[in-house]
Amino acid sequence: MSHTTFTFDDLKRILLEGSGVPEGADLDADIHDTQFADIGYDSLALLETVGRVEREYGIDLESVLGDATTPRAFVDVVRAQLPVQAA
Amino acid sequence: MSERRVVITGMQVLAPGGVGTGAFWDLLTEGRTATRILTFFDPTPFRSRVAAEIDFLPEQHGLTPHEVRRMDRAAQFAVVAARDAVADSTLDTAALDPYRIGVTIGSAVGATTSLDEDYRVVSDGGRLDLVDHTYADPHFYNHFVPSSFAAEVARAVAAQGPSGVVSAGCTSGLDAVGYAVELIREDSADIMVAGATDAPISPITMACFDAIKATTPRHDEPAHASRPFDGTRNGFVLGEGAAVFVLEELTSARRRGARIHAEIAGYATRSNAYHMTGLRPDGVEMAEAITVALDGARMDPTEIDYINAHGSGTKQNDRHETAAFKRSLGEHAYRTPVSSIKSMVGHSLGAIGSIEIAASVLAIRDNVVPPTANLHTPDPECDLDYVPLTARDQLVDAVLTVGSGFGGFQSAMVLAAPERNAA
Amino acid sequence: MNASAVVTGLGVTAPNGLGVRDYWNATLAGKSGIGPLTHFDAASYPARLAGEINGFTAEEHLPSRLMPQTDRVTRLSLVAADWALADARVRPAELPAFDLGVITASSAGGFEFSQRELKNLWSRGGQYVSAYQSFAWFYAVNTGQISIRNGMRGPSGVVVTDQAGGLDAVAQARRQIRKGTSLMLAGGVDALLCSWGWVGLHAGGRLSTADEPTHAYLPFDDRADGHVPGEGGALLTLEAADAARARGARVYGEIAGYAATFDGRETGLRRAVELALADAKTPPGDVDVVFADAAAEADLDGVEAYTLVTVFGPHGVPVTAPKTMTGRLYAGAAALDLSTAFLALEDGLIPPTVHVEPADRHGLDLVVSQPRAARLRTALILARGHDGFNSAMVVRS
Repeated sequence: MSHTTFTFDDLKRILLEGSGVPEGADLDADIHDTQFADIGYDSLALLETVGRVEREYGIDLESVLGDATTPRAFVDVVRAQLPVQAA
Repeated sequence: MSERRVVITGMQVLAPGGVGTGAFWDLLTEGRTATRILTFFDPTPFRSRVAAEIDFLPEQHGLTPHEVRRMDRAAQFAVVAARDAVADSTLDTAALDPYRIGVTIGSAVGATTSLDEDYRVVSDGGRLDLVDHTYADPHFYNHFVPSSFAAEVARAVAAQGPSGVVSAGCTSGLDAVGYAVELIREDSADIMVAGATDAPISPITMACFDAIKATTPRHDEPAHASRPFDGTRNGFVLGEGAAVFVLEELTSARRRGARIHAEIAGYATRSNAYHMTGLRPDGVEMAEAITVALDGARMDPTEIDYINAHGSGTKQNDRHETAAFKRSLGEHAYRTPVSSIKSMVGHSLGAIGSIEIAASVLAIRDNVVPPTANLHTPDPECDLDYVPLTARDQLVDAVLTVGSGFGGFQSAMVLAAPERNAA
Repeated sequence: MNASAVVTGLGVTAPNGLGVRDYWNATLAGKSGIGPLTHFDAASYPARLAGEINGFTAEEHLPSRLMPQTDRVTRLSLVAADWALADARVRPAELPAFDLGVITASSAGGFEFSQRELKNLWSRGGQYVSAYQSFAWFYAVNTGQISIRNGMRGPSGVVVTDQAGGLDAVAQARRQIRKGTSLMLAGGVDALLCSWGWVGLHAGGRLSTADEPTHAYLPFDDRADGHVPGEGGALLTLEAADAARARGARVYGEIAGYAATFDGRETGLRRAVELALADAKTPPGDVDVVFADAAAEADLDGVEAYTLVTVFGPHGVPVTAPKTMTGRLYAGAAALDLSTAFLALEDGLIPPTVHVEPADRHGLDLVVSQPRAARLRTALILARGHDGFNSAMVVRS
């Protein structure tokens, strides 16, 4: 695995694969700063998402995820764990 | 007809730290722990590598080679515990009407350990999508449908009355006994051999709890890894075991001069209808189960001398049940010792509810409250008396024991001293 | 005290019909849902026929969020529960949550989900196991998910007694109603038709290896040579009779009697029948139809036929096995038979046992080929589980 980027769209894809679409949620709206719980993703959905991201990107998020409770924070944490892109 | 009351006249426990009621109670009252680095297989690929295992040699406990071959480890536990419990009751079941003796065995995950191995073989290590039936264990059906556990116990104790497995996740051990109590009360049986078993320590179980970070990763201190109600807790320790009881209708137990261990005075189960693994912090449903169980026992909350908690060692559980105790018992919750034996014997999923009933019965017998081991750092949100580290001598006439499980199940049982029946 | 429990709603998912109306029309028409397995390639297995549910699209009935975390058995169970509540015209959200409970029967849990996660574990490693595996496969999952979806917080649980479970679950629900819970959903659904489940079903023995659906599952026939497994089952809405009457509910009938026994030195089936009749205060002569367990295995058919002849006399009561059209549904089997019995009582029609030429030696009045019109007030349903579980239930219109 040599992913070097992780975007909001990547997160959205993984959420859809692992946890489906919450009833009444619009993932195409601006939800970057909405709490996952308010979008309709519970703790279990987040655990499934973390597992999928860790496997796909070959990183460990457990010790760094902390209070990443919004998509923007989540994407930022993942990005910080990815290898720095060669110039 | 006057109301039929149900008492425990026989019991046996198989728990980590030693097989048998004596070894089990010694471990608890001495505040020792039976959690260790997992030895059944190489735990290094897993996030959680601690377990509470039983050193169990089935043939030492009277199982024949055929019985060992055809039974999953959990079924072996159940049969050994059932035979011993019947012996403890001094009942000669062969001389009784077999249709008046029933069996209920609780198990959350059935023969999952055998199924894990069966799958590995028939799939050739996960290589095959279409698994190959010609490699299946000849006794695979016993693993496939866990009603085999109840069937094995029924045959072992010559029961032909209502029998089955009760599987409500981690409350199974309370619910199987509660179900048996209902069968005696409604006069469908006079005697029930009831309890629970689970032997879930397998790669798939470790992996599935790893995935939700429910089990503790504290492998640097395996003996102190299970820390219910402690501020530093970070998950439960997977365990295994069984406890089985002989339940009888009170008047017939008295008539034959049986030794009565305790009365099962009340029981109830409720669902949180909230989440498969999550708990609402207010504990409303567990509180409701407690209140209904107390009503069934015709007891006031102030009569409870000890609460045997679910105390799994996860933050959400500890807060949930602390809230439930306050909601159901009011001020009395603050005056009542609460402890979790999972700090010592781990969490054996469906079995633990019955093992905790056994601990409650022994607390009544000896007037001792077992402690919560590994409790050094108070959590400000858990502000009851959790009996840290050391057992406590005190009068115990009535115990409330509770369980909480995946699927949202919340169960409560009230056990009372046999002297309450002396009238 | 001891409120009578009545059935006010049925939710059926069966190989020959989705929903009560589809299923009942198909059953009266003798339409079988048994055919070659299509869920996976069964060519290399001894048994290759099954009662599959085709045309069930879970996404049409259930929210997207539930899809990744549910096995097929849970999806079918949730839909059957929805239909059982709708059929009873009950909206759980409008009722006190602690007064609503769920009891289901399970056999092997969510086996297809488990197969996928076991494959992930053994082929790729533990970190590839889904966060949902911890509950999606286990025996309590259907009760848990039904209670969550419908906000039902009353007494709930799960029984596992192999194919007897459907009746045991309904009996446990009746106990809760007698103790004061006003509404229970109860029954069972199963879905084991993946290759891993197929290995388990083979291990139980007694599977027909026929390739011709009309020759595959022939209970009480001299050609009987095992059964065909199927998927699906039923959930039933049970209510206290007074409460159902008070709200003007349509009542299918009453759960009048029940008993369960276990085989020992002798078979316990006869005792289960006698105890269930006694519980219902019903003499054998009042039973108008028997829904047989119908194992389609010579010894077991013999035991069941002998039991019925002993209790009711030779050709003493009409007997039927509509499960010849669905296959045996494991945890779902008895709950579907129970639902079928209520439909039969309502219409005064005994559904047929299909493709069977009854063996004279059994001494049964088996209803074959087409429905038989009869005045039906009381039915007896029998169910047996692997290893010796026997359950009998008496229902009355």
